[in-house]
Amino acid sequence: MKKYDVVVIGAGHAGCEAALASARMGCRTLLLTLNLDHVALMPCNPSIGGPAKGHIVREIDALGGEMGKNIDQSYVNIMMLNTSKGPAVHALRAQADKFTYQSTMTRTLEAESNLDLKQDVVTDLLVEDQEVKGVKTITGMSYQSSKVVLTTGTSLNGKVIIGDVKYTGGRQGEFAATHLADSLREAGVELEQFQTATPPRVDQQTVDFSGMRIHPGAEEKLQFSFFADRAEREQKPCYVTHTNENTKEVIETHIEDSPLSTGIVEGEGPRYCPSIDRKIMRFPDKTSHQVFVEPEGMETNELYLNGLTTSMPEEIQVKIIQSVPGLEEAEIMRPGYAVQYEAIPTYQLHPTMENKKVTGLYTAGQINGTSGYEEAAAQGLMAGINAVLAIQEKDPLILKRSDAYIGVLIDDLVNENPEEPYRMLTSRAEYRLLLRQDNADLRLSRIGYDLGLLSDVEYQQVQEKDRLITETLEYLDNTRITPTKEVRATLKELESGGLKKPVSLATILARPELDYNDLNKLVDDLPEVDDTTAEQVEIQTKYRGYIEKQMKQVEKFRKMEQKKLPEDIDYLSLETVRTEAREKLDRIRPVSLGQASRIPGVSPADISALMIYLETYRQEEESE
Amino acid sequence: MYSSDTIAAIATAVGEGGIGIVRISGQEAINIADQVFDSIKDKKLADVDTYTAHYGHIVDSEGQVIDEVITLVMREPKTYTTEDIVEINCHGGTVVLRKILDLVLDQGARLAEPGEFTKRSFLNGRIDLAQAEAVADLIQSKTEASMQVALDQLEGGLSNEVNSIKQDLISLLAHLEATIDFPEDEIEDFEPEELESRLNSVYQKIEELLATSERGKILKEGIEAAIVGRPNVGKSSLLNALVREKRAIVTDIPGTTRDIIEEVINIDGIPVKIIDTAGIRNAENQIEKIGVEKSEKYLAKAELILLVVDLNAGITAEDKQLMKDAQDKEVVVIANKLDLDHQLELEKVKEILPEAPIVKTAAIANQGINDLEDAISELVYSGKVSAQEEIIISSLRHKKALQRAKENIDDVKTTFERGLANDFLTIDLRAALEAINEITGDAVGEDIIDQIFADFCLGK
Repeated sequence: MKKYDVVVIGAGHAGCEAALASARMGCRTLLLTLNLDHVALMPCNPSIGGPAKGHIVREIDALGGEMGKNIDQSYVNIMMLNTSKGPAVHALRAQADKFTYQSTMTRTLEAESNLDLKQDVVTDLLVEDQEVKGVKTITGMSYQSSKVVLTTGTSLNGKVIIGDVKYTGGRQGEFAATHLADSLREAGVELEQFQTATPPRVDQQTVDFSGMRIHPGAEEKLQFSFFADRAEREQKPCYVTHTNENTKEVIETHIEDSPLSTGIVEGEGPRYCPSIDRKIMRFPDKTSHQVFVEPEGMETNELYLNGLTTSMPEEIQVKIIQSVPGLEEAEIMRPGYAVQYEAIPTYQLHPTMENKKVTGLYTAGQINGTSGYEEAAAQGLMAGINAVLAIQEKDPLILKRSDAYIGVLIDDLVNENPEEPYRMLTSRAEYRLLLRQDNADLRLSRIGYDLGLLSDVEYQQVQEKDRLITETLEYLDNTRITPTKEVRATLKELESGGLKKPVSLATILARPELDYNDLNKLVDDLPEVDDTTAEQVEIQTKYRGYIEKQMKQVEKFRKMEQKKLPEDIDYLSLETVRTEAREKLDRIRPVSLGQASRIPGVSPADISALMIYLETYRQEEESE
Repeated sequence: MYSSDTIAAIATAVGEGGIGIVRISGQEAINIADQVFDSIKDKKLADVDTYTAHYGHIVDSEGQVIDEVITLVMREPKTYTTEDIVEINCHGGTVVLRKILDLVLDQGARLAEPGEFTKRSFLNGRIDLAQAEAVADLIQSKTEASMQVALDQLEGGLSNEVNSIKQDLISLLAHLEATIDFPEDEIEDFEPEELESRLNSVYQKIEELLATSERGKILKEGIEAAIVGRPNVGKSSLLNALVREKRAIVTDIPGTTRDIIEEVINIDGIPVKIIDTAGIRNAENQIEKIGVEKSEKYLAKAELILLVVDLNAGITAEDKQLMKDAQDKEVVVIANKLDLDHQLELEKVKEILPEAPIVKTAAIANQGINDLEDAISELVYSGKVSAQEEIIISSLRHKKALQRAKENIDDVKTTFERGLANDFLTIDLRAALEAINEITGDAVGEDIIDQIFADFCLGK
């Protein structure tokens, strides 16, 4: 039997990151996929980024992951969203050429010397005494390994639904992993049903763009990765049109055919990707809904109808689409469909992504009840890293909520078992102003470098940036500007207010109307810095008060995180804690009082009771 | 941390009412009650259904009937403490109640600490923090107005007010967050005027609630009023007149060293503890020796000074000294023995205490006592309100949380005025929401996200 350090099952966005991290950290790694032509497939919207998701991509990049580098080489449209809403929520979003995205990632995997890439269907997880020993495939092959990372996406017992047609499949046109689900159940892993859906794709030759609003993409050069400087790519526009009264009428007429009515789809679907049927039924007063018409690639004619998600029978999908201006003649190339699949309720996971019941089993991505390529990739990266750290008998990597969106994501997962597919939102991050997309490298690249996932050159670049920022901030703080006639004239010229007494240059830069380069007009020796450094200096100067406020909140948060809960607490016997909370605490076994306080169903009263218990426990320990 | 032992206590006020209740709570409550209760129908309480009443007698270990009672059996978890509870309703009277409690304690129950039933209820998750504190207030409240405040809080009166503030904050946040997390979803950003007016509105709600907090404190704890004055100006007769008029509502407190006379009276629902400094007497010598010196001590401590002057005798240097000492306090000047017109003397009072109301009394004849009560009531309520209809913040913890929320909203307003982006508004709005949540003990969870999806049609 062939032996690997780490076996990764599934070559989607989670699997690719997990396999690359493992191989790059020096482990012999096997990546198994149902279909080698579908590596890093984008079966829904071929888009990467957006609020919170774009932040995650940058964090992945700072930790030495691949997603940012991959999209930088494959986008067909890129833009920065939210530029008017504060630096913390600026969000980079790109539309990918889905084929280029796949082929670029496949090449990267193939080039990795420690990594074997194979097409096969895994049927069994080999488990002995609740420890992973390897996997067995449909062809009878077995691979021995003490660490298995499962990233099955929607394949686990997947079922595709269009109208009243329901068939087995992980995605349209693909196998489902049915045996594997049974194998997991046998190992004691609990599973639950989730569902999601995707809109129809139409042929661009049958679409009339003339009445649609056009989104050409950014004019300035943008990229996700902090590191490899990529050439600007040719862009293809996105378009926007709207549904109308006719659309509403079509849906209302055929609502009994909607899975909403027939109940053919089981499990909870995501609120943030509602089907057009659901939107129209839930908000009946809204007569017009946006439809983004987005390219799926540079060469293909397929267009993604973002906003028209539905799994109605195909003939009704045609009617819905053709009610929309510009799409009157549109031909469907692939119908929209729903997919229901099995996922692992995440209270079964350690924050390392390892299963609590089965040692050596890690899961990442949609199998953990999340949605989104970015969320999946982040988990894959963390699962891969932690599997290797476990082999190396090193401390696991657990990012805190104050460190990264990835920390928020995983903390949310292990604490609350989402009732719908989980999507990251900036509003989930309580320390959002600190977790900006522009400073992910400064926050995290040290970790990536220490793990061996970032090169010396990459890390030196961040150190250099850090040094420059610190020096420039010091310069601004220590340079005084006195209100001379010239200074006042210059300020007036810059359309800024007057000056009465000497202040630091930092105080001047804090004025909203001024940017870093304006300061050149006031002093001769302003350090010359690149745009990203200037941006950091501006943010840290202009929003200093708010940043300090958040840092104080983080301090408070850290204190609660530092109050560790002993591993051997018998929660079920804690009679001062309410029964519901007792069960949740027993199931999740939080590592700190801080984590315990974030478990839904554990009230502040339970936390007080737990604190009292801890105090008694500590006193007993001391007296022993 | 309390253990799961069974506790018992007399649950009704001592010495009042026709029926007294001994309450037992805990795992052994029903067994213990069975040991002392003899059912007419020969039923064991262990066998009866929850929320049933049973008629019988309490019998001591020698078979002696102590009282005729009705016992109420309530089984966990749907009880006040979420534990098994038995309530023994007897005929009252301190002696009988104490005897029954003793029997129950003999059978293994432990005497409950003050408020322990409520504490269990809180720790078992039956009530939230605001409710628990209201119950504690209820136990301690001494007059109707206080009782009303406590009841309102218990029934969610405070929770309603606080929840309304909370809902305002969540809805503001949901809108701001929706524009950030769903930038392409055609959500209209706030018009500056609308945002400003909504911020002002929630700010005002917090302020209004905070404004009640001073009164809340007064209502819960009562105010201390010291009667001060030279010897022989009529302090004792004044106290007697006040007590005669209003039922003294706290009587004997065992164990209190009573070297001064103090009585709690009820003035328009406010518990007022009157300290008669003349009460500090030399036990052997009934002649009042109280001097200005001793009065001063009480003058410093009390929240309200009832300064008695004898206009028949004229304003003396001692009187003037007392008035000067009372200048920083709330004072009512009682011009006693005013059977002649002494306007000139009153002018002297006004010179030193220009703000203080002056009430003319003839305490021995019970004249002017109502005027005095009105003056006290007016000072406390500022004459504006009727306590029974309002929600009042009566806990320091609530007050602090509201103050923080108010400061946070202030910061949001500053951020707004500086014209900063939406993200900066959310920082202090969230902090305000967290402060408000501390009052009800809720955690900031998915509230905002749930609200986003309830308010806006989102997602593509």
